Amino acid sequence: MSFRICTGLVLCLSSASLAFAADPAPLAADQMANAIKTDSLTIPTPGELFAALEKPGKPDWAGQYRTPIPMTYRNRAQIALNLGGLIADGFIAVEAQDSQQVKNIGTDIIKLAKALGVSENVLSRGNSINEFAENSEWDALQEELEATQNEVKASMQSHRDQDLVILVSLGGWIRGTQVVSASVIKNYDEKSARVLRQPAVVNFLHSKVNDISADLRNEPLVKSVNDQLTDIEKLVAFQSGKGPSLDEVRKLNQAVTKLMEEIQVKGDAK
Amino acid sequence: MRRSIAILCGLMIFAAGASLRAETDDEVEAHKLVLDLTGAFSNDGFKLRDGHWVGTIKPAERALIAVNLYAGNQYWFAAAANTKAKKISVDLYDENGKPLVTEVYNQGERAAAGFSPTASGQYFVALSLLEGEPTAFCLVYSYK
Repeated sequence: MSFRICTGLVLCLSSASLAFAADPAPLAADQMANAIKTDSLTIPTPGELFAALEKPGKPDWAGQYRTPIPMTYRNRAQIALNLGGLIADGFIAVEAQDSQQVKNIGTDIIKLAKALGVSENVLSRGNSINEFAENSEWDALQEELEATQNEVKASMQSHRDQDLVILVSLGGWIRGTQVVSASVIKNYDEKSARVLRQPAVVNFLHSKVNDISADLRNEPLVKSVNDQLTDIEKLVAFQSGKGPSLDEVRKLNQAVTKLMEEIQVKGDAK
Repeated sequence: MRRSIAILCGLMIFAAGASLRAETDDEVEAHKLVLDLTGAFSNDGFKLRDGHWVGTIKPAERALIAVNLYAGNQYWFAAAANTKAKKISVDLYDENGKPLVTEVYNQGERAAAGFSPTASGQYFVALSLLEGEPTAFCLVYSYK
């Protein structure tokens, strides 16, 4: 087994049975097809992706910062996509252990969330983010960022904006993948590049976007993003257990960077 | 402590809004039980995902959820059921449905499985009620 049983668990739960086990019965195809998929557990957070990337060695997280994005979008789908991207930026700042950057991103997250008319609960998260950043509580910040994202989504659902929820997740995934692919390119090794294999995530995001209302799905930005997901799904479908080549990582990075540019441009999105 | 309360509040608020139905008292109880279990993982540096999955399960039934894991990370999937359950188990499968060898923790109505994937991609987490009456359950996961 490749990792130790966590010592805390052993100490706290010594009376329980702890062992290595495998269920002998494989899953049938229909069981896998009918497995539950939820936005809150099936889609990994950017923090999970970043945690995997830094196992071989800490990347230059600060080198992945981007210039601040506009805060004055009027299109709700564009706000939702950018909100997801900003939350990913928050995870990057946490990995970089940069208190000021975390606070800046936290402020921007709240500004965009306000533009969507989310609840007061979400707005109070901004204070928590600032407090945790002041005290360099990095683990707490990771959880707070995800909690903020989930609260934004819950608020959207209660405001009958449930179609926007998947766009927040999608924006976060695109920005996270952009950052990780750029980081892999800077210091390529096949093992690190393996984290980029995530066809099921893209497939799930794609299927959820296809489920949203036709009006929203046909908005130019959403339509463009959705169309490009088809190609991106192929770009992240590497053979299991084998990392992509440098050239394949570059292609993926170009594709997600193009998407990110479309998402953040302050244009005439409806 | 404050952090735990904040996380718990976040989970409750998210649960209220994100699921299309209100959680039952049994599901809320199962959620509290599983959070007790995950405290041990947090003490060991694992970060708890702010999402959870609740439902009900019958004897000899298997509830299945798809997750996406990254090579290099370590994961613990933890579940708890209410007291109607006598024994539950958590098992992992790869994207082809092949069962995986995991570190397993079992204590009656609470169980967990630890796994460190060498390949990124989709995996399946199964929760089974091995003994007891139909029950509510809650599943969460942690990573580092």
